[in-house]
Amino acid sequence: MSITIGIFASFALIFAVLVVVLRQPMRAALALVAHMISLAAVFACLNVHVVALFQVLIYVGAVMVLMIYTIMLLDDSDPSYVKVFSRWSVPGIVVATVVMVALGVLLWTAAPVAPAVANPAPGPFGFSEFSIAFMSRYWLHFEIATALLAIGIVAAWTILSQRVGK
Amino acid sequence: MMNDYDLLIGLAIATFTTGLIGVVVRRNLLVVVMCVEVMLNAVVLAFVTFAARSQSLPGVAMTFFIYIAAACEIAVAMAIVVLLAKRRGSLDLAHGDELKG
Repeated sequence: MSITIGIFASFALIFAVLVVVLRQPMRAALALVAHMISLAAVFACLNVHVVALFQVLIYVGAVMVLMIYTIMLLDDSDPSYVKVFSRWSVPGIVVATVVMVALGVLLWTAAPVAPAVANPAPGPFGFSEFSIAFMSRYWLHFEIATALLAIGIVAAWTILSQRVGK
Repeated sequence: MMNDYDLLIGLAIATFTTGLIGVVVRRNLLVVVMCVEVMLNAVVLAFVTFAARSQSLPGVAMTFFIYIAAACEIAVAMAIVVLLAKRRGSLDLAHGDELKG
């Protein structure tokens, strides 16, 4: 096991737990940022630099900034800040544990994938190879993704343009 | 001994479960959205781990579309959060019982 991957994986898990247990949403958001950066470091250790860059640019740079702006827009004296956990906590944890065990059994008993190369070359995951594949093999998916982004913008605008009280 | 890929698949399972627990047990709507993001991150980690293990591109390409879906989801979710906070005056999910019966 690589030590750097182990360290960043531990960070990712610790910060994911902090997202769930921290009381203030702003602190939870900062823990989520740290979780995402730890995962980006794990991706970089796996030589998948494209995804590591997407993780930092799209998730930390765009999604979390939007979320932090929303937190700052809202009132910080909300009752949900005082009483943090719902009354469904115990059944929820039991069901989640069952899901975790089921996922573990499923993934570890699945058919093994072909063994990896000892030192994976950056070949299929380099920026140029990824870009060429994206513009040749995945061009239709890319166009659909742009349409999805446009739909998301229109949907957000429609929701926010509703008058309160209607 | 456990190799890197087994460790990362275990991490993906643990992170997904943590996000799932957060979605069920938290009362604050914003934190629930953050826990959904944690679950999406776990899925991305599983895709990247399997792609790196088999040295294939489709798993990596799939993560790009997950990011697109996550960006759309967060734009719409934050708009809904602001609208609900204005209408109800609270982010507490226990107040969201208008659809009951």
